[in-house]
Amino acid sequence: MIATHNLSKSYGNKTVLKIENLDIPKGQSFGLVGNNGAGKTTYFSLLLDLIKPSSGHIKSNDIMVHESEDWKPFTSAFIDESFLIGYLTPEEYFYFIGELRGQNSADVDALVSQFKDFFHDEILGQKKYLRDLSKGNQKKAGIVAALIGNPEVIILDEPFANLDPTTQIRLKGIIKDLAEKQGVTVLVSSHDLMHVTDVCERIVVLEKGEVVKDLATNEATLKELELHFTGNEDVEA
Amino acid sequence: MKLKHFLNLEWKQFFRSASFGKSVALNILMVFFALYFIGMFLLMGVALYPLLKEVFPDQDPFAIVNTYLFFYFLGDMVLRFFFQKLPVMSVKPLLPLPVKRNKVVHFVLRKSAVSFFNILPLFAFVPFSIMLLLNGYPTLSVLIWFLAIMVVTLVVNYLNFIIESFSSETELSFLPMILFAGSVFALNYFNIISFSDLIAQGFTAIYNNPIFIAVPILMLVGLYMTNFKQLKSKLYLDSSLKSKVAVVNASSMEWTKRFGDIAPFMQLDLKLLWRNKRSKSTVWMLLLGLLYGLFFYPQPMYANMPWFFAFIGIFVTGIFLINFGQFIPAWDSGYYKMLMSQNIKYEQYLKSKWVLMTMSVIILFVLSIPYVYFGWKILLAHFAAAVYNIGVNTHVILYGGSFNRKKIDLNQRAAFNYQGTGAVQWIIGIPLMILPLAIFGVTYLVAGFEIGCVVLTVLGITGIVLHQKLMTFITKKYLDSKYKMIDAFSQD
Repeated sequence: MIATHNLSKSYGNKTVLKIENLDIPKGQSFGLVGNNGAGKTTYFSLLLDLIKPSSGHIKSNDIMVHESEDWKPFTSAFIDESFLIGYLTPEEYFYFIGELRGQNSADVDALVSQFKDFFHDEILGQKKYLRDLSKGNQKKAGIVAALIGNPEVIILDEPFANLDPTTQIRLKGIIKDLAEKQGVTVLVSSHDLMHVTDVCERIVVLEKGEVVKDLATNEATLKELELHFTGNEDVEA
Repeated sequence: MKLKHFLNLEWKQFFRSASFGKSVALNILMVFFALYFIGMFLLMGVALYPLLKEVFPDQDPFAIVNTYLFFYFLGDMVLRFFFQKLPVMSVKPLLPLPVKRNKVVHFVLRKSAVSFFNILPLFAFVPFSIMLLLNGYPTLSVLIWFLAIMVVTLVVNYLNFIIESFSSETELSFLPMILFAGSVFALNYFNIISFSDLIAQGFTAIYNNPIFIAVPILMLVGLYMTNFKQLKSKLYLDSSLKSKVAVVNASSMEWTKRFGDIAPFMQLDLKLLWRNKRSKSTVWMLLLGLLYGLFFYPQPMYANMPWFFAFIGIFVTGIFLINFGQFIPAWDSGYYKMLMSQNIKYEQYLKSKWVLMTMSVIILFVLSIPYVYFGWKILLAHFAAAVYNIGVNTHVILYGGSFNRKKIDLNQRAAFNYQGTGAVQWIIGIPLMILPLAIFGVTYLVAGFEIGCVVLTVLGITGIVLHQKLMTFITKKYLDSKYKMIDAFSQD
């Protein structure tokens, strides 16, 4: 589904991302972990063509991401709050995204109604603008908006941060369901090793812009990751 | 925390911002404007005394100047309201640091005292005072009078911030100011209360008896304290963070569906306009623009200057176009990343803005039809200007937007950021108005009024005919600068 080849991104002579080969098959739930500055958000931004690669390319469904825009209809993302339109209500925002993705308001209503639990009565029918919601509720709205329009690739940057425990657990359920039952390729980044190992079939560790580990998740993965990151700290200390 | 730290922060903010290059170009332009005004004031200061002496040989030039001080200060106040902003400083990061709140507020307020608006009068009043001294007026009295002028200038300075903060809390933005200045002027004009005499008497009293200078000084102290209190109360996080939650007033705006695939963007734009303070003021600006003609047309002086009609026409029918258009696509800067990752056609996005601007021109033209009362030529010129606005200016301003790198934060209600518009934004509008004025002026002089109108109309129609081609070209410009815009808009 997503093929990364010889990809690099540099600012001046500082290389922030360098991935030689990374293939993510369709329907995989893919986790990206790494410390700050490891290149997680850079990789996602390149996937969404928000920044230009210095070399190499990403192909999504055999479409060159930085050359064509044809990947947009089947890709959706929530990177941060700047993906929200503050002066709209959550409903209006969902409808707007829906229209951009060719869904009418009935389609959107049908989809959004599945997430009643997830919203916990704090999003819909509140007569509030998105800018007036709390950070956590904004995030919930953004994540659900990324599910509108049956995307085949969903990119979520740090989806667990800022969420309360109940919502984190529910979100894990949603992501698992998407990948396992609906065949959606889900890309998630996180600082929380436990959450990623719970959710993702495959976990890639980035360090200073390079892939240092590529693991298929099993019982030992969490231990291995923890060891890896403690090891790093020891070296740095 | 010393003063130098504050200044250091300001310095870095200026030089490290993403829009630095653009600010430099604009700043150079601003410097030229400043030099021009300094020159004019200097000239006035030197020439005023001999000139008045010559024109009114039997009157005391000093007394004449005193009677006109009222108009000077009133004009000063109105100009300040539109062009002077209270120095902005991002205070949030400073709040948890060991800096006394008082110090931050004092810094901001004192910094405003060295504004260009307060320095400019020096260039007129220093030479004028020297002329007075050279002509044998008593030294002490002149010095006190000069001091009084400077104190009142500062009074206007601080009064302005109070008015601005007051008007920023209402939705009417500049209307209270216009109303206030207009009614004071009218009361004076119809001799109901002669403010010009009162002010003149006040300054004469200070001139005759230095003790009276205590009055303006007390006013200054009082206003400074009021400002201080007001700003300090805004220096708490909750007042800027916890804005009151607006109750949503939603409408489905079914009528936009008629525009087909650009409908979602049009709905978004209309909500943008109506639901954010900053953009809402551009809507109120319509009113001012529409009434703009009333400043000129009733005066017989302008009735004989038809070459000027087209300029007013461009302004009256294009005020929304200029105010809204110059911030495309910065209006959407807050969520630009999202738009760029969505399945949108850039052309539809731009087209929606174009339709909105075109509609505003048509509506404003229709509303400006009553100006025909002042002569059919005005209607003709307005029509030509409206067509020119639709055909040429909309495209010019959309094209200009592809160079836009400055983010607008719609959500933020910064504690010190009262006014959305500063002098800089007004300057951008100039090429949009000067160019048609030049085209019209030249053809008017060479070939006559009707031909001038025809030329503007033809230019406009050419633009409308080429609309598709122009939009394709403009869209390409936007696509080319996509990465740069995303980068600039994600900076604070």
